[in-house]
Amino acid sequence: MTDQTADAYAALQDKEPPKAPRSQWKDVWDQFKRHKGALFGGGFLVFITLAVILGPYIWQVDPQKLDIRNKDMRPIYVALWNGDAKVGWFRPLGTDNLGRDILANLIAGGRASMAVGWAAMVLALVIGTSIGVIAGYFKRADFWLMRFTDLVLSLPILPLLLVAVTLFREPLRANFGPEGGMFILIVGVVGLTSWMQTARIVRGDILALKEREFILAARSIGTTSGKIIRRHLLPNVISPIMVSATLGLATAIITESALSFLGVGFPSDFPTWGKLLADAVQRMEQYPERVVLPGILISLTVLGVNYLGDGLRDALDPRIRGR
Amino acid sequence: MLTFTIRRLILSVPTLLFISLVIFLLLQLAPGDPMAQVPLTVPPEVKEKMREALGLGQPIHIQYWKWIVQFFWIEPQVLIDHWFGTTFADGKQRVISWQTRSPVMDIVVQRIPQTLWVVGLSYIVGILIALPIGIYSAYKQYSVFDQSGTFITMIGFSIPPFFTGPLLIVVFSVQLGWLPSIYDTTHVVTDWASFKVQFMQMVMPVMVLALQTTAQISRYMRSSMLDNLGQDYVRTARAKGLREGVVVMQHVLRNSMIPVITVIALGVPSIFGGAIITENVFKVNGIGQLLLTALFGNDIPMVMTLTFIFAILIVLFNLIADVLYGVLDPRIRYD
Repeated sequence: MTDQTADAYAALQDKEPPKAPRSQWKDVWDQFKRHKGALFGGGFLVFITLAVILGPYIWQVDPQKLDIRNKDMRPIYVALWNGDAKVGWFRPLGTDNLGRDILANLIAGGRASMAVGWAAMVLALVIGTSIGVIAGYFKRADFWLMRFTDLVLSLPILPLLLVAVTLFREPLRANFGPEGGMFILIVGVVGLTSWMQTARIVRGDILALKEREFILAARSIGTTSGKIIRRHLLPNVISPIMVSATLGLATAIITESALSFLGVGFPSDFPTWGKLLADAVQRMEQYPERVVLPGILISLTVLGVNYLGDGLRDALDPRIRGR
Repeated sequence: MLTFTIRRLILSVPTLLFISLVIFLLLQLAPGDPMAQVPLTVPPEVKEKMREALGLGQPIHIQYWKWIVQFFWIEPQVLIDHWFGTTFADGKQRVISWQTRSPVMDIVVQRIPQTLWVVGLSYIVGILIALPIGIYSAYKQYSVFDQSGTFITMIGFSIPPFFTGPLLIVVFSVQLGWLPSIYDTTHVVTDWASFKVQFMQMVMPVMVLALQTTAQISRYMRSSMLDNLGQDYVRTARAKGLREGVVVMQHVLRNSMIPVITVIALGVPSIFGGAIITENVFKVNGIGQLLLTALFGNDIPMVMTLTFIFAILIVLFNLIADVLYGVLDPRIRYD
């Protein structure tokens, strides 16, 4: 009799020591780790970000310094197949037609491109999330905000970007200086034209979430709308926001480079990757590396960001996670 | 379905009006002055007269109204005159380009065939490449083909056309010398040899644009096929002894094409936007290049009209996508 009770107790007891509780973000990380491409993409993004931030302190060459004696140098690897090429270890990636160091220019250009990309992405996210949350949460605003989003979605983006940038370049330059004005302009136009997808996704999620019990519970104890949004709704839509953030970063980098390529971007003495690529196109027969290097950097960064977004989408989706 | 189409058509009118207003106000806010190129020796009162001759002296709402009338009322009349030899539009003021002082639409009509050839062909080529890739990589999910297909489409997404364009030029025009780097729009196809020249010069711009299309559409095709391959009707079709080819290529493919076709329709306007860059790289003098030159030349009526044409394309193809969705999928009822 006592034996049997002891058996029943023993059967109910844990055979192994209880596992440490797992947080949501640990689960997300475990799933994320399994996506090799995402891991690589995220790693590359971190690497390139660190490289453009710390690069100027390690490679202390002024990207704007003219050095006519050493102009048109080739990258050091050209010496492998062409012994006569003008190469030197003090200019590992060569120089351009005015003798400016290409490695230093790539670092400086990366700084500008990444800064524009991040700033435009953050701007688009803030606009998109606010519009999405307001439209989803407040019924009265929903109809008009979503009609507005649809209208903006049917604007021709690239032509409008070109129009805005060419037409507003001068006044902004006069007010904020040539680089600052251009930065504000490009970040502004890219941010203002790429928030629509985020807004739609966030609105959809908020609409579903606000009918759930925990929101009802929060409201029943007298939580104000602002607090419900900040404490209960926003943390729950963070995953679609993060995924559209990665897409936004990729789009912003490409758009900035495209504008620079078409000749409406930053001033000519202010390097960005797109600008470097565009400037080198005229002489790409003799110096293909000047086109290829910034092009590869843009492509790899965007590829990394896209893979990162792919992995994040899988990792943040609880239905896929754990499979 | 018909009522839905008509309702959407009517709804697209305010949308287009709103877009035209946005573009118009944007251009109005712009500081550019069409008289900037006029020599300083011209006295100010003459300049003022020239400004008025361009229609600039009037208040904004009148300028906007005049543009609307010119674009929606007079230009269609010109088109009808051109087709039927009537004289509706005689003596009426058309939208005039500030650069060339000729009607904007005449120039646009000259430029559109080049764009359509390159863009349209690239879209078709892109779709023709994308569909088999998408079908096969869904059928053999996680195979080597699928993995490499995913990787290649990711690359296609990520490499911008202003990089692939110069890269192809370096490889195929400069190093190998196989293809011309500049698109010659004056070339006329008369016989086999000239057709070959035309073909050679179209390969690179078409492929650059097609890469983007392929990347997108094959992803959609793959996920749509994957959605359908796990369905019950597929098992039923296999269970009743249909051959694998029939199951995949008829039953699954036809159902998977529904969302893909709408994506294809939605993608048409964006490919026109992407063509701006490609036309610039390969020196195709289509409407994208026209827009760029008009922008740099401060030619406001031309910019306005071209941007609005892009907007019409977007609204039109959104409508087509919605209608196609309803036509193809009997489960969807809009009424």
